[in-house]
Amino acid sequence: MIISVASGKGGTGKTLVATSLAFSLKSKQPVQLLDCDVEEPNDHIFLKPVITQKEAVCIQVPKVDEAKCTHCGLCAEVCAYNALAVLPDRVMVFPELCHGCGACSYLCPEKAISEEGRETGVVEWGQADGIDFVQGRINVGEAMAPPAIRQVRERANADGVVIIDVPPGTSCPVVEAIKGSHFCLLVTEPTPFGLNDLVLAVETVRELNIPLAVVLNRAGGEYTKVEEYCRKENIPILLTIPLDTEIARLYSRGVTLAEGMPETQEMFILLWDEIRKILDEGTGSLKR
Amino acid sequence: MKELVVLSGKGGTGKTSIVGSLAALAEDKILADCDVDAADLHLLLEPVVRQKQEFWSGQVAVIDEEKCTQCGLCPELCHFEAIKDFRVDPVSCEGCGFCYHICPDEAITMKENLSGHWFISDTKYGPLVHARLGIAQENSGKLVALVRQQAREMAEKQGAACIISDGPPGIGCPVISSLSGASLALLVTEPTLSGIHDLERVLGVCRHFGVPALVCINKYDINEENSRRIEDYCLKQEVEVAARIPFDNIVTEAMVKGLPVVQYSDGPVSREIKLLWQNIAGRLSAN
Repeated sequence: MIISVASGKGGTGKTLVATSLAFSLKSKQPVQLLDCDVEEPNDHIFLKPVITQKEAVCIQVPKVDEAKCTHCGLCAEVCAYNALAVLPDRVMVFPELCHGCGACSYLCPEKAISEEGRETGVVEWGQADGIDFVQGRINVGEAMAPPAIRQVRERANADGVVIIDVPPGTSCPVVEAIKGSHFCLLVTEPTPFGLNDLVLAVETVRELNIPLAVVLNRAGGEYTKVEEYCRKENIPILLTIPLDTEIARLYSRGVTLAEGMPETQEMFILLWDEIRKILDEGTGSLKR
Repeated sequence: MKELVVLSGKGGTGKTSIVGSLAALAEDKILADCDVDAADLHLLLEPVVRQKQEFWSGQVAVIDEEKCTQCGLCPELCHFEAIKDFRVDPVSCEGCGFCYHICPDEAITMKENLSGHWFISDTKYGPLVHARLGIAQENSGKLVALVRQQAREMAEKQGAACIISDGPPGIGCPVISSLSGASLALLVTEPTLSGIHDLERVLGVCRHFGVPALVCINKYDINEENSRRIEDYCLKQEVEVAARIPFDNIVTEAMVKGLPVVQYSDGPVSREIKLLWQNIAGRLSAN
């Protein structure tokens, strides 16, 4: 069972919900947490895992054997990302533009192109006090997050509960992290920014045909438009976390809610029961 | 013409609220929202759209079922596992065209992709260039580059002194696209361990691309010990901490009213942001 925790807007509490859910469930059943926010992974700060293994994230980029190359120009012609430029006497490769599709090496009539790995990040895994932990991290200066996210996702062990911490936004890294999930929790806050980005996130998750529900974080103000939107769209709000300075203080120190206030674990276990109920009944807010 | 970009690494630290206020304080500027997949700046600036343009970018493979003989070559060669049951999953397809080139039956075509829209708008604080990436689309970096290019052209045409852009969270493709070649980066952080961790990475990206940076600690008083850690870190890195903004619910109140906080209140938050802008303006005009 794969549950992704996403948001659209950053800083609404994805990491808090993902880590607290994992923390609360670990005594009940096997739990795996995948931190797919590979640009800014933060779950390790809260769960303090012991990392035991890692592997590099590599994109296969072209390497041209100039002795075999006839400078015919086909590779540059087929490359959709302008990662190759063929000059009369040599081929220039721009590895940071390459998506690793493999077209150039396969199509080269002289078999002059081989592939070599270019390291763009790392995937690490280990144990965090009973939680099976995996995280990815792209190197600073690296643009492409999806290959690292794919590699984290490959380690998902769907026999137990898999919780995915998704990066913010609605574009390709988010899709890469969410797709194939059985359920998606969207964490938001009761502000105009929170609502605006929730609407975008809902559209994205619905596009992927994944049932979804909302967690409303920092609740309690006068702004009620998030609740109104959820009611109108028939989206269940499965958990409400109040605006509370003590929770914020715990968070600032790198302590997740379920650990710092153990009485809240019950609430995350109930959240999990609700998700299972929705999936069993098939009533998740798939389409209006 | 100078270009300020506001980044944070971690999301939700207050980039957009601060940019909204800088928009109200700065004179003679063009505004750009470079967070194209979860844009919020328009909620503070009430833009009136003057121009709307389509953003076509990248391609998606389409298989013609009539021509396809299901030979199995394309699913075998696709590096993105985008072809299942001889259909292309447009969400997984990266538009590389490998399948199109190798299909022995010429059953695959590449279709241009409408990836989003971009806009030029009027706001009461000046012109705004912004964009909306389509749902689940790629190429946010290219759309950001387009927004910046439009903002620059406008700034040059109007002789504006600077561009202020609201950047996306993270450190990947759209951030790099927002940052490279800018004059100055303002890094908005918060005194949480996550905020510090993410600040270090985004500062690394600024260094990588040779863009000087300033740091602003937002909600500095929610954990003053962590705020001191940020100050120590910045001192070591020789990066100036240009502002310490206190936590105040007035920021959310202003947001609910659809106003930049400096237009809504004269309290400590607004005073600190005004000092911050003086500092930034001085830097932008100095070099």
